[in-house]
Amino acid sequence: MAERWLLALLLVLAGAAFAKEAAPLATDPALEARMMTIAGELRCLVCQNQTIADSHADLAVDLRQQIREMLQRGMSDEQIRSYMTERYGDFVLYKPPFKATTALLWVGPGLLLAGALGALLLVLSRRQRLGADAFDPDTPDDADELAANR
Amino acid sequence: MMRFLWPLALFLVLAGFLFFGLRLDPREVPSPLIDKPAPAFSATLLADPGRRMTRDEMVGKVWMLNVWASWCAPCRDEHPLLVDFAKKGLVPIYGLNYKDQRSAGIGFLRSFGNPFTETLSDPDGRIGIDYGVYGVPETYVIDRGGVIRYKHIGPLTPEVLAEKIEPLVRRLNG
Repeated sequence: MAERWLLALLLVLAGAAFAKEAAPLATDPALEARMMTIAGELRCLVCQNQTIADSHADLAVDLRQQIREMLQRGMSDEQIRSYMTERYGDFVLYKPPFKATTALLWVGPGLLLAGALGALLLVLSRRQRLGADAFDPDTPDDADELAANR
Repeated sequence: MMRFLWPLALFLVLAGFLFFGLRLDPREVPSPLIDKPAPAFSATLLADPGRRMTRDEMVGKVWMLNVWASWCAPCRDEHPLLVDFAKKGLVPIYGLNYKDQRSAGIGFLRSFGNPFTETLSDPDGRIGIDYGVYGVPETYVIDRGGVIRYKHIGPLTPEVLAEKIEPLVRRLNG
């Protein structure tokens, strides 16, 4: 029985030991909120479809700490973002800047939409020029159908 | 007939793009550090924490920086290649022991061989952040002026060493 109690005690203590390693909570909630806003716009490089704010990857934890310290040093959001892009490229930004290499990314969807609308207009205007009988469902298309209808 | 060929053609173009996309690796983020000065550092040595080394001591020679850790399995696969490459004596290779425990790092080099001229310690990953490291191992080639000329993400392969790094190092040294 004593062994069981010892085991239970050890398990509780093990929990306590882990608890010590938990992420450092914000000493200043306002700073933590600003940090999370910036981190929410940055891509985690390790788990690429998460933000640095969401990710539990080691690197994301380090980068959040880095942002915290940079904010404490009084750096602006813009300075922190450029610090990140200097190291990891525009790829870290979920909102990449508009420039030659990212132009297709930004205008691509617009171009596709314009192309699709253009094609739709073309088809519609073509159809408008067709006679009303082209849309008559009862008109037989070819000789076979003509024979079948008869 | 044309009205059936058009969707087919569009489908083929789309399939072509998707097929090409399959062969791209989204993990390969082009480093913005290429052709930029290597970020400054001042690091303690793994073998002797009492000594420090800085980036400025490296100016004037071509060198390779390999970021590794004892906990990183791909580093283990890559390590024999580095040991062999170091034996050629083409270029000094410096190690950066990234987010590792000193004893574990030293143990790793003891059991798998030490290809590094010196190994720098980066226990909290700060130097790694400055170098844009996001997946160990990573390897950099830095020229005489302290400019990063090449970066390889992930474990080195014999092809990368023979076709990319070796010719580049020879050219930079030449």
